[in-house]
Amino acid sequence: MNQPLTSHGAPHGANSLRSGPDGRGRFGDYGGRFVAETLMPLILQVEAAYHAAKADPTFQTELDAYLKDYVGRPSPLWFAERLTREFGGPRIYLKRDELNHTGSHKINNCMGQILLARRMGRTRIIAETGAGQHGVATATVCALFGLPCTVYMGATDVERQKPNVFRMKLLGAEIKPVVSGAGTLKDAMNEAMRDWVANVSDTYYLIGTVAGPHPYPAMVRDFQSIIGTEARAQMLEAEGRLPNVAVAAIGGGSNAMGLFHPFLDDAGVRLIGVEAAGRGLDTHEHAASLSRGRPGVLHGNNTYLLQDEEGQIQEAHSISAGLDYPGIGPEHSWLHDIGRVEYVAATDDEALGAFQLLTRTEGIIPALEPAHALAHIAKIAPGMAADQIVLMNLCGRGDKDIFSVAEHLGVKL
Amino acid sequence: MSRIAARFAALKQQDRGALIPFIEAWDPDPATSMALLRGLPAAGADLIEIGCAFTDPMADGPTIQAAGKRALAAGVTLSRTLAMVRDFRREDDATPIILMGYLNPILSYGPERFCVDAATAGVDGLIVVDLPSEEADLLAPHASAQDIDIIRLVAPTTDAQRLPKVLEGSSGFVYYVSITGITGTRSATADELAAAIPRVRAATSLPIAIGFGVRSPEQAAQAVRVADAAVVASVLIETLAASLDASGRAEPDTVRRVLDQVRALAEGVRGARLERAA
Repeated sequence: MNQPLTSHGAPHGANSLRSGPDGRGRFGDYGGRFVAETLMPLILQVEAAYHAAKADPTFQTELDAYLKDYVGRPSPLWFAERLTREFGGPRIYLKRDELNHTGSHKINNCMGQILLARRMGRTRIIAETGAGQHGVATATVCALFGLPCTVYMGATDVERQKPNVFRMKLLGAEIKPVVSGAGTLKDAMNEAMRDWVANVSDTYYLIGTVAGPHPYPAMVRDFQSIIGTEARAQMLEAEGRLPNVAVAAIGGGSNAMGLFHPFLDDAGVRLIGVEAAGRGLDTHEHAASLSRGRPGVLHGNNTYLLQDEEGQIQEAHSISAGLDYPGIGPEHSWLHDIGRVEYVAATDDEALGAFQLLTRTEGIIPALEPAHALAHIAKIAPGMAADQIVLMNLCGRGDKDIFSVAEHLGVKL
Repeated sequence: MSRIAARFAALKQQDRGALIPFIEAWDPDPATSMALLRGLPAAGADLIEIGCAFTDPMADGPTIQAAGKRALAAGVTLSRTLAMVRDFRREDDATPIILMGYLNPILSYGPERFCVDAATAGVDGLIVVDLPSEEADLLAPHASAQDIDIIRLVAPTTDAQRLPKVLEGSSGFVYYVSITGITGTRSATADELAAAIPRVRAATSLPIAIGFGVRSPEQAAQAVRVADAAVVASVLIETLAASLDASGRAEPDTVRRVLDQVRALAEGVRGARLERAA
């Protein structure tokens, strides 16, 4: 079982940063399988099924066909000329994953996992969702294959993401609002795990980010790595070289892992993950697990968590429901510790500013999640030379956010 | 001999099964919780399971989730839970105490220091819900160094191939989770238990306790007819919760109501094998 898990093609060498996780599902000290015994056999089944699917060329062929004709891949790489001029520094490129069907990168992973669930003969799908992008993507692939779908969503998020709740319902999904805790993504994930443990025989849990028990962090990363794989090739074609910096927003970390992974062994590419600083890192209202958390175990994996001195998990806060999570994928924790990826943070206000900036300069309304990535680029770009290149993952579109943005800007719709 | 082994050996002599009631430490407040703990042995508890609150109790249903929330609001911590056990041990050196909880508070305390302090306080066993055998090395060496039993969960989904792996390194007793689901939601049927327990029995010489879904004296009796112990949790917490006033505070009869229910369950357990003999 100690095979490297990689997205496409051959396993990477021993010195590669892309060869994890190990046979126990660990990236360094992080990851693992911390679930109740009832779920353990299921986790092992998912791992075995995924292992077999990866080794089966027909699985990849099938996935590629759906990604091309249903999702709309490859997504374009866009040179953001006016944004570049606005910053007066490096050339800014946007990886346009917001143009995917359903409007975010989440569908890349859902497409892969739904095909796996079908191979496993599972007949019911459950998922957790924060902003609703993963819920919408899951409901979409369930509609496509005619599978019943239940989405757990924190009651707070149901309230602030109404358009996505309605979309999921239109797609035929059952939405279960979760009132425990603060009613956000963490609580939705608890409730989805409780559902799974009660419905082990027919249900597949389609986790939306690079967290959870092994094999989910590796599997979701593999399905999302198409972002970085495409972007890397597109960048070489457009500029004849790799970017100097690649930037992505991080909640659980799936879009960032998908962008970063194919660049991990390119030592010249600086990788930056942007966490949500909420109302500020020195307030208690943020979602910056790496900047302000410490390692612990939640939701099946050992990783950096926002927790108090007693090991009780703290509520995260972000203007962006998709970043509002007190943990982070274990591979990010490892990349943080070894220093391969820099992790920084952007506040709610900075993200709101970036949201408006991109809308005005490029005619693209970004989701609040990638607006955090752009907010950081706004900080570093002025110090960079004009011949340098910054690649940003524009992982979702902002239609879902216009109501909450209007509210924050004091506009009544 | 450990308290757990001694207690099961004594019960075997008497040919009866064990009742293991569960209380959540500091639910709803430290004094009520301590009074409950002190009253349990006389009410018929053979072993006692104490729940350690965690913000994200993924294996628990609404009842125990609410208990944990009340306990955290009251200010419970792992060290305060250990202090409860220490106080209990001043009067009772025989009734085994098992702590049940989730891994992260233990990691935060420090697994080694936690096991030392737990042993000093008089804890006999640990059930850590989200620590499957694959990850047990985080805690097991420290627990065994202090002669604390690591009690493993076996579930209906644990197949024959996996069972030996799960049981390897387990001690004290085996906790059979009788349903696929969270605590307090449904109960296994007598037939399901009759089919499942011999499978576990064949793989271990340790006593077997049945938990998740044991609610009535009849179900407790049923459990000890096929296994060695019945763990009762959610129904006791429901009784406690129902006894609280509108603002969630204990009433004068809170402790009595829970202990009365423990007595009824104990009668069920004690009568079970007599019926069989008759």
